[in-house]
Amino acid sequence: MSKANFITKEFGSYKPYSINEYISVGGFKGLKKALSQGYEKTIEDVSASGLQGRGGANYPTGKKLAQARSAKGYGNRYVLCNADEGEPGTFKDKYLLLNGIYQVIEGIIIAGYCAGANKGYIYVREEYTFMHKDIEYAISQVYKKGGLGENILNSGFNFDLKLFSGGGSYICGEGFAMCESIEGKSGRPRSKPPYVKECGLFNDPTLVINTETVSVIANLMKYSVEEFVSYGVEDCPGTKMISVSGNVSNPGVFEVEFGTSLKKIVQMAGGNIEDVKFLQIGGASGAIISSKLLNAPYTYSGMKKVMGSIGSGAVVVCDKTVDVIEYLAVVEEFFHHESCGKCVPCREGNRQLSLIMQRLKTKKAKINDLRNYVKIVNALDASLCGSGRTQIVPFVTAYRYFMNDFKSKIQGV
Amino acid sequence: MENSQYAESINNIIEFYDNEPSNLLQILLKVQDKTPAKFISKEVGNYIAQKLNIPSSKVSEVISYFDAINTSPKGRYIIGVCNSTACFANGYEKIGKVFENELGIKMGQTTEDGMFTLKYTPCFGACDIAPAVRINNSVVGNLTPAKVSKLLKNLKGGGSNE
Repeated sequence: MSKANFITKEFGSYKPYSINEYISVGGFKGLKKALSQGYEKTIEDVSASGLQGRGGANYPTGKKLAQARSAKGYGNRYVLCNADEGEPGTFKDKYLLLNGIYQVIEGIIIAGYCAGANKGYIYVREEYTFMHKDIEYAISQVYKKGGLGENILNSGFNFDLKLFSGGGSYICGEGFAMCESIEGKSGRPRSKPPYVKECGLFNDPTLVINTETVSVIANLMKYSVEEFVSYGVEDCPGTKMISVSGNVSNPGVFEVEFGTSLKKIVQMAGGNIEDVKFLQIGGASGAIISSKLLNAPYTYSGMKKVMGSIGSGAVVVCDKTVDVIEYLAVVEEFFHHESCGKCVPCREGNRQLSLIMQRLKTKKAKINDLRNYVKIVNALDASLCGSGRTQIVPFVTAYRYFMNDFKSKIQGV
Repeated sequence: MENSQYAESINNIIEFYDNEPSNLLQILLKVQDKTPAKFISKEVGNYIAQKLNIPSSKVSEVISYFDAINTSPKGRYIIGVCNSTACFANGYEKIGKVFENELGIKMGQTTEDGMFTLKYTPCFGACDIAPAVRINNSVVGNLTPAKVSKLLKNLKGGGSNE
């Protein structure tokens, strides 16, 4: 189990923004196959691959596409490709957009075809403004080749795609918040149900799908489900794009087989196992786990066992020079900054959590601070969206693995 | 401002987005980009609201919500020092201090000559080159104190021999 080449198979072998070169390495073969075999078979194939959403929620993609197809609607149907990757420590979508933009677009069109959509947006975060023009250029090239617009590749399928720039809000990576911002409002989540799939953008059926997920779909169609599932392990087939950063000498984006050990992942990025103190996996709301658990396999179930998750595929490696409490304070500051303010638990809770973290950091905390922290972080479970609800994870895991570090910061313990 | 050249360019942007209120965020980002001090003033917000035929409260709601839209004048170079996890592990605090010392301002402030605005900013996906800063729309990473000095010298126009 190590590095793999399924999603990124052709990367580097063609000029990323030349559509002709993309076509020369088999680009749009996947789309052609999907259009000729029909949406039912395509959704079936995606289901058979076991592919789960790669933005962090891990929802089975085949099921998602089928639900998008069957959602009742009487007007437009939308696909939003989520390229708003804002999870700290995550930069794999940037890599996919820079090295495989046409593959992303091809995947969006296939997803749109499966969902019966007629309009799509690729929602790219504002922080990636430097590539917006290139992405718009790529979209225009696909139109020219007949891959977008009316009667795509003479299949009778019509689909339009546009880029929409985010505005620097982490929460807009959440489906409803994204819809709101495209509607010209401030990007705050709505309460559920109804869900985005049935009542999303402009209250029409909407499929929100991650950049990596569509990249996988394009190559699933181009190659085969069998090839995809030949990677990985039995309970978790396939490959995953991961972003490794922190105290390693060769940080970057890697495509790995599921089942690769955390140890190997750290080594892949040039990290020295002896120096590692902890990892945060899956993003800011991901688990902080001790270096003693580096033999754990990088699979959905393997990560669950160490109270972690695959999440967005972020792996931040921290060595012994990094104070885990200070690190946690950085995580908390992020959530405090990014809370959209709509619901009370997240808005007020994060304000308090941030204050407590500051006291812990400066060794001014009392034992009551810790009790309150637990109370507040539990109350955050009542938040409207996943951002608030998952915040308990880094705290609980850090506390579990580094209890002594907490104790050393509390007065009178 | 009705007949100014600036108003003209705002009109063009609004027209490019089909006078469609749902494109408000895109319009604001483009207008801000065309504004030398990189912010949307109350006057401009009201003008956009009037052009799109929507209440100005809707426009100010969006302006105040999104981090990327500024409500006060900024420097020619907006320097955003990433203060998220990977940059923390690689010492962003030290780098932030170097910027503060070199520019003689604190985070959140703008230099008197209007050249630089300094601020902390959450992760912008440059974790592979941490510690990193965003300068307007470009990113510079693998920063060291020496590299920061050099960078600022270049931006000030004093580093022609680089």
